[in-house]
Amino acid sequence: MSNALKKEMTSPSAEQHILSVENLDKSFGSVKILKDINVAIEPGDFLVLVGPSGCGKSTLLNCIAGLEKATGGDIRIGGRSMNGVSPKDRDIAMVFQSYALYPTMTVGKNITFGMKVRGVPEAEQQRKLNEVATLLQIEHLLDRKPSQLSGGQRQRVAMGRALVRDPQLFLFDEPLSNLDAKLRVEMRTEIKRLHQTLGASIVYVTHDQIEAMTLATKIVVMKDGIIQQVGTPNEIYNQPANMFVADFMGSPSMNLIPAQVEKVGGTAKISITRPDMDDIVLDFDREIKGLTDTRKSVILGLRPENITDSANQHITKGQVADCRVDVVEPAGSDTFVVTNLGGKQVTARLNADAQITAGETANFAFDLSKASVFEPESGARIA
Amino acid sequence: MTDLSLNDAQMDERASRNRLMKRVALRLGLYVLLILFALYYLMPLFVMVVTSLKSLDEIRTGSLLSLPREIDFSSWGKAWSSACTGIQCEGLRPYFWNSVMLSIPAVAISTLLGAINGYVLAQWRFKGSNILFALMLFGCFIPFQVVLLPMAITLGALKIAGTIPGLMLVHIVYGIGFTTLFFRNFYVTIPVELVKAAKVDGAGFFRIFFSIFLPVSPPIIVVTVIWQFTQIWNDFLFGVSFSQAGTQPITVALNNIVNATTGVKEYNVDMAAAIIAALPTLLVYVVAGKYFIRGLTAGSVKG
Repeated sequence: MSNALKKEMTSPSAEQHILSVENLDKSFGSVKILKDINVAIEPGDFLVLVGPSGCGKSTLLNCIAGLEKATGGDIRIGGRSMNGVSPKDRDIAMVFQSYALYPTMTVGKNITFGMKVRGVPEAEQQRKLNEVATLLQIEHLLDRKPSQLSGGQRQRVAMGRALVRDPQLFLFDEPLSNLDAKLRVEMRTEIKRLHQTLGASIVYVTHDQIEAMTLATKIVVMKDGIIQQVGTPNEIYNQPANMFVADFMGSPSMNLIPAQVEKVGGTAKISITRPDMDDIVLDFDREIKGLTDTRKSVILGLRPENITDSANQHITKGQVADCRVDVVEPAGSDTFVVTNLGGKQVTARLNADAQITAGETANFAFDLSKASVFEPESGARIA
Repeated sequence: MTDLSLNDAQMDERASRNRLMKRVALRLGLYVLLILFALYYLMPLFVMVVTSLKSLDEIRTGSLLSLPREIDFSSWGKAWSSACTGIQCEGLRPYFWNSVMLSIPAVAISTLLGAINGYVLAQWRFKGSNILFALMLFGCFIPFQVVLLPMAITLGALKIAGTIPGLMLVHIVYGIGFTTLFFRNFYVTIPVELVKAAKVDGAGFFRIFFSIFLPVSPPIIVVTVIWQFTQIWNDFLFGVSFSQAGTQPITVALNNIVNATTGVKEYNVDMAAAIIAALPTLLVYVVAGKYFIRGLTAGSVKG
């Protein structure tokens, strides 16, 4: 106890953080799952942990919940160290991917089970149950068994079970992954609305980068148990810290084009090869870290929306170049065009009504104002 | 054109009639075969029931398969309350109750232990839990004969040799392997997230077991109870090895009636006694049989 007190005094910032994870390590046997994780969120934050499967995001959530024991480091919820604190005493509620509803209990019993275990008076249980049922519009389902519900209804019940708890921190473990595409989008909006109305603090795990972008106030991108980048959705999307983040976030993903860069008369010139034509040379007006007068290989990261047909109104300071059109993919709202640049398939995003045919050469506009430049070996961002 | 199509229709009709005949013939053949098999398997039961209802005179003079001239229940009465099992002549009744008093607690306790073991092995994995499970599985395959001597010594040391609780212990220990296997394989299909959700809700080990796992278990409980009851009720080797006069189960008493060497061989009494001894397991299967199949095939629990 005295140890915990001392710790609290040495980290004054912990007071404002609803959750802070400090130097967290987790290994199963000799396999390191999480390496030196540091994250903190303020009250009302919606933190999304995103990454490919096996990156450790669910393990991190389980550590926060107390369902897994961390190997090293500290987790604080509401400023209180969670070392040795059991899940029920952490003032958290959790929603699971498989919903994890108790199969033999009715919806009402499912929602009140936690309160029953904690010995909350019957009248209070009923009041809270009704409140949450109204909020989630599941009043008519309270006497049903989970097996009689649809996927979306089960999801609502699972959220209801978390909401009655009224905890400091909500934990969501891929809650929408078992729903079909249409319902997933609906529930996503629903979760976002709940977050706005309740002002709750949430940690949310997903492998779906669109979910991460739409829901989060703060995103943590993870890979192999290491945090790649922490930032707002805008920062993650526009200034990815490395090639992994650039490639993982966004759909279709960012084009990573091998290129050469050199300084000519004070401005950086990026040249990209094209088949059967001269190299494209583009001006890059921001500073590139570590750039000298010698030619240097880099990876140019360009989102599909930053390469478009030259007739497009949105790109004002685009630099134009001819490219051969390999594939045209009309997607309704946009038309995606694939061309070959720097020896790689590169996707451009054109207007839906763009007049373009495969096999021909077309004039494209390149907007480098939001481009990223990466170091080819380390993958780190240099501009 | 119309002629031709009419002709076609007639040909079609003939062909389809042929197909129908063929199908009926096949079906018929199948049923005949099935009925023959059913008769073959029912024959011993038929002979037993018929013989138990005949008088001794009729058994000696008549054929094995003939129906009794007059139905005589006296052999059933004798088998139940006055047949000799050695020097005593009290029939099966005391031994029947011995078996009941032995089986019911032994089945209940081994099922409950199996359920808790299975719950731990499936949902609360710990280091070495798989090895432990493999060892318990191995226990299912140890032949009865191997454990006789060590068990006798253990029962002696516990001072319950020759008593019903002693025999109960033997059956519970021997049954735990099977019951654990059944429950573990059933609980392994339940998502681990259920336990996690309950933990976050504040429920502990036993609370989760009794409020969440036990209520989904009836199918597997039925399977386990039928299995264990049949095993324990029908057991002869442990019964004959670890009991003494007065505590013997019904299987041992049945053997003693049938193998009594003094006097005339009373086939009708033997048959009645055998049916009485087999009746409880038959009854359990008839009552719970459909759950048995359902439980064996029950897969995951849809949450």
